[in-house]
Amino acid sequence: MNKRSLLAGPYIVWIIGFTVLPLLMIIFYALGDGRGEMTMSNILAIFEPVHLKALLLALWLAILCTGICLVLAYPLALILRKLNIGKQGMMAIIVILPMWVNFILRIMAWQLLLSRNGLINGALGAIGLPGQDLANSSMAIVIGMVYDYLPFMILPVYNAVTDLKDDVIEAARDLGAPPKAVLTRIMIPLTKPGIISGITMVFVPSLTAFAIPDILGGGKVMLIGNIIEQEFSTSMNWHLGSGLSIALMIFVLISMIFTSNEEEGKERRAW
Amino acid sequence: MKKSVKKNLLTACLLLMLGLLTWTLMGCGNTGEEESSVDMSEAGGGNTITVLNYGEYIDTSVLRDFEKETGIKVLYEEATTPEEMYSKYTSSTIPYDLICSSDYMIERLIAEGEVVELDHSKMQYVNNIGDFYWKLSRTYDPENKYSIPYFWGTVGILYNKSMIHEEITSWDSLFNGEYAGEIIMQNSIRDAYMCALKYQGHSLNTTNRKELQQAQNLLLKQKPDVEAYFVDEVREEMVAGNAALAVCYSGEAYLAHEYENDLEYVLPKEGSNIWIDSWIMMKKGKNHEGAQKFLDYLCRGDVAVKNFEEIYYPTPNTAAYNSLDEEVREDPLIFPEQSVVEKCEVYKALDDKTMALYSQMWKELKTK
Repeated sequence: MNKRSLLAGPYIVWIIGFTVLPLLMIIFYALGDGRGEMTMSNILAIFEPVHLKALLLALWLAILCTGICLVLAYPLALILRKLNIGKQGMMAIIVILPMWVNFILRIMAWQLLLSRNGLINGALGAIGLPGQDLANSSMAIVIGMVYDYLPFMILPVYNAVTDLKDDVIEAARDLGAPPKAVLTRIMIPLTKPGIISGITMVFVPSLTAFAIPDILGGGKVMLIGNIIEQEFSTSMNWHLGSGLSIALMIFVLISMIFTSNEEEGKERRAW
Repeated sequence: MKKSVKKNLLTACLLLMLGLLTWTLMGCGNTGEEESSVDMSEAGGGNTITVLNYGEYIDTSVLRDFEKETGIKVLYEEATTPEEMYSKYTSSTIPYDLICSSDYMIERLIAEGEVVELDHSKMQYVNNIGDFYWKLSRTYDPENKYSIPYFWGTVGILYNKSMIHEEITSWDSLFNGEYAGEIIMQNSIRDAYMCALKYQGHSLNTTNRKELQQAQNLLLKQKPDVEAYFVDEVREEMVAGNAALAVCYSGEAYLAHEYENDLEYVLPKEGSNIWIDSWIMMKKGKNHEGAQKFLDYLCRGDVAVKNFEEIYYPTPNTAAYNSLDEEVREDPLIFPEQSVVEKCEVYKALDDKTMALYSQMWKELKTK
């Protein structure tokens, strides 16, 4: 055994112990019915109306969250690009700073902000506007997810945008492209790998989220992640829970293949 | 210059971390040592008993008095949840003599053969426990051989008087649509369905599919009116005034009332869930005789009163109850009306098929 493979040892142990084995166990549980028979019914259970509904709602909220993150992150990245290096570092720290606080704590803070007698409604009341019923709804979940996952969109997009060469943009302008065309035909295509990387990093966790919907949804909104959690914790049906996890994994993989086909650039991606 | 500053800073950081590390290690070592010294040298000895109870669930002077009167030393430990108690009992080497836990956990421990029968003939004061509570505890201890009820409570409606200007008496207020957007339900399966089942006049332990389906229809209809399904947040949300009424445990309700006087608790007239915490004597224990003495001591009227005045949960001890002031006895926040309490039921463990149905219905309700 040479030195290099020896150094990889801990990593291999880690991967086998905490990724490969658990995955095999999930597959094992998913294919069993608890009586020793093989079955596909746990995986196909994703097509039951209840589960399908939760999956579609999760999908919708994830798309919404990803879209909002992109719309917020891209202009911010463009602004950052114009700043000098020192200010850029400052801004990057501001973006990353919230990530140093545990995300559950941040979500609980949102719960207080959004609640009926919370800070936001208090502020609205103070300027004479009617209070909003923001808490415990799908909207609250989207707000929480955007807040939590925005840095995952900003960082890759920011990386891609700072790599843009000024020459290319100036050339486009020289050749008479209006600002809109510069954006849509030059800048966006050139930063596509960053955008796609950001989309994947926001879309996947928001599709599978269960803690944020649990806290901000007031228990009224059940996404596919919550259903899987319920099967494991309260219903103690590990077979169904594993089956649904596998189905969700397949779903995520399909969407990843879809996005990586889109990618043409050779640039590094953040994941 | 700059470099050395950086270096100094780094050293300082490292030192700080090292300090913290040793401090935590020493802290841990200390508590560990304390625990083990207590348990190894004294637990299981002739004149000690080891007791596991919920936190803040006894008047600690009772322990000292017991030690003085009998010469038996009490090693007292606390846990937060029944599950924690279970793992503490099964996985540690501490020979617990007595555990005070909740109905379903007692049922589980009895089924696993971990509980030892009590000899009532050796206990002078055990008859202080009212017949009604013996009858209730038969749900999990069919012959009353293993457990002695300690405190009990109910699940009812906590409502905010400043937001609701009528007297709430029935589950009906949750389902009649009058308080749309003002209702907090319990976010746990049995507690949520229990309200609907009781309102419709069924047993909360029913396995009848038709009755369960009726309850489901009612909850589905109610869902748009529900502000949220919560468990731990109920008290805070009610104190903050974020909802006008909530399904709530009586103990939580009492605390909420302490924070906010406008919050009233009512046990709905149709009946509800009643829970009982009881003492059991464990197989692993080393001093069963001393343990029985301690249980007997807890049943003594004046001792039960002391504990009651510490906790303010309803006591099943008739001698204690009779010696309380009339004002306390008639406080509906502590002792609900007996005629309503008699309509309450203890949760029974359900068969797998019914639990699967519950889980399916719950998903349907939540994804609606």
